[in-house]
Amino acid sequence: MSILLEAKEVSKMFGGLKAVSNFDMTINKGELIGLIGPNGAGKTTAFNLFTGVYQPTTGVINFAGKSLKGMKPSQITQRGIARTFQNIRLFSELSVLDNVKIAYHTHLKYNLAEAVLRVGRYMKEEKRIEEAGRELLKIFKLEDKADEIAKNLPYGAQRRLEIARALATRPQLLLLDEPAAGMNPQETNELMDMIRWIRKEFALSILLIEHDMSLVMGICERIYVLEYGSIIAHGLPEEIKKNPEVIRAYLGGEA
Amino acid sequence: MNSLRKLDAKAIIISLIGFAILQGLLTADILDNFWELNMILICINIILAVSLNLINGYTGQLSLGHAGFMAVGAYTGAVLTVNFHTPFLISIIISFVTAAILGAMIGLPTIRLSGDYLAIATLGLGEIIRIVIMNVNYVGGAAGFMGIPKYTTFAWAFFVMLFVVFFIKNYVNSSFGRACIAIRENEIAAETMGVNTTKYKVLAFMVGAGFAGVAGCLFGHTFYIVHPSSFTFLASFNYVIMIVMGGLGSITGSIAGAFILTTVSALLSAWPELRMIIYAVILILLMFYRPQGLFGNIELTSLPIFKRFKGGK
Repeated sequence: MSILLEAKEVSKMFGGLKAVSNFDMTINKGELIGLIGPNGAGKTTAFNLFTGVYQPTTGVINFAGKSLKGMKPSQITQRGIARTFQNIRLFSELSVLDNVKIAYHTHLKYNLAEAVLRVGRYMKEEKRIEEAGRELLKIFKLEDKADEIAKNLPYGAQRRLEIARALATRPQLLLLDEPAAGMNPQETNELMDMIRWIRKEFALSILLIEHDMSLVMGICERIYVLEYGSIIAHGLPEEIKKNPEVIRAYLGGEA
Repeated sequence: MNSLRKLDAKAIIISLIGFAILQGLLTADILDNFWELNMILICINIILAVSLNLINGYTGQLSLGHAGFMAVGAYTGAVLTVNFHTPFLISIIISFVTAAILGAMIGLPTIRLSGDYLAIATLGLGEIIRIVIMNVNYVGGAAGFMGIPKYTTFAWAFFVMLFVVFFIKNYVNSSFGRACIAIRENEIAAETMGVNTTKYKVLAFMVGAGFAGVAGCLFGHTFYIVHPSSFTFLASFNYVIMIVMGGLGSITGSIAGAFILTTVSALLSAWPELRMIIYAVILILLMFYRPQGLFGNIELTSLPIFKRFKGGK
């Protein structure tokens, strides 16, 4: 298996606070990996480092063999990393379909003059993403809500739309930040099936942050555990479950 | 999708019929010089409102310096026409380019600011432009630039306005416009979707400023004179009021806002002391009963009556 993303000794300081320190992680092509840890451990900070929202203070992050140093989030998205957000960040006043259409942004091939004059290429490209967008919404059971305003969708549907939108950027690596937050067990089960299916269908690697242990243990092939900004354990789900360090981090020390 | 182009064609035909009627009324002297002047002003204000809406309404960047860009266009056009004897169309195009370049120069450092901060920065820059012009003797300084030929006829104003409206309309309905709207809705999410937010903000600033320059050029060739006092921050506010009144994020709204406010001030020109009071009352009532503006972010073409023309999907 070839390495897709590699983080080497990455640290991020906010003033005197070390949010993430000496963070090492490798994600191979096609893997489904979990990142867990108590609140405030630095999981979302790690996501923000991978997607260029923050720049690491020290260390390097390589994606598909190239360093991500100094890149803007939009450039990183164009290279193939897409993400969802812990607190949903949809374009809430726009229609469901428009949300997805925006994500096709980097795959549209017409220039300003062609757009303003509405020449054939503009028409063809717009039609193409309209169809692709509806197709994608169908996968996420949102096709009949395509023209609704995003903020009017029920919570679960908003989460699904966020994943659909991330997939529309055609990523190689998908980062899911607490995809099951606020979902009931039934919805969580459906989500698990969907994540598995997406990975196969779109041939992606997935890294997910989640607090729902049934989901993490159920679908992740490898798990990293973060506490106070450092990786305290990493391995197969079975190993993580038995790891005394992890149990201490989650349930408190014996003293 | 071809229905989109048909809709465009229909809109152009309707506009041409409207133009023919108005031009006929002017030629037959049923509408006098006063109304001809106001019709030109309406067209110029529509250009300003629609171009400002691209920056403020669609991209969500509150800019209060629009009169500054207008001034640049007005003076560029005036200097070209008077000192270099360029044809009117060339003056208009160069006014666009000059104002757009200045828009980019101002946009690049200021777009990292957001909200109130950007508003204050653009307000200040608009004033700087005006003060600089006031102190350059080559363009007449505080006395203004005189002796500009009156090239702007109703036909010029109307067709330039039609071009700008179509340009902005097609701009916002493409991936360029979607990028702008995404920035307005959620900048972080837009960036994560691969939208280079800096690029699209500067681009919107450039296009908006450029068309303000075009409006300025038309304006300069209307009154034989351009004067720095036409481009104060009060003028900028006036255009902001137009787009807020019409509805941010609606081109139809900007056109309606520009039309209504210009007409109201023309109708009230006989009672200057009452004008600002009535103006203010209209705005207060509007904010009371319809804070999202007359059209909100809805276009005329998306109203049910127009859906029939579009046909099925």
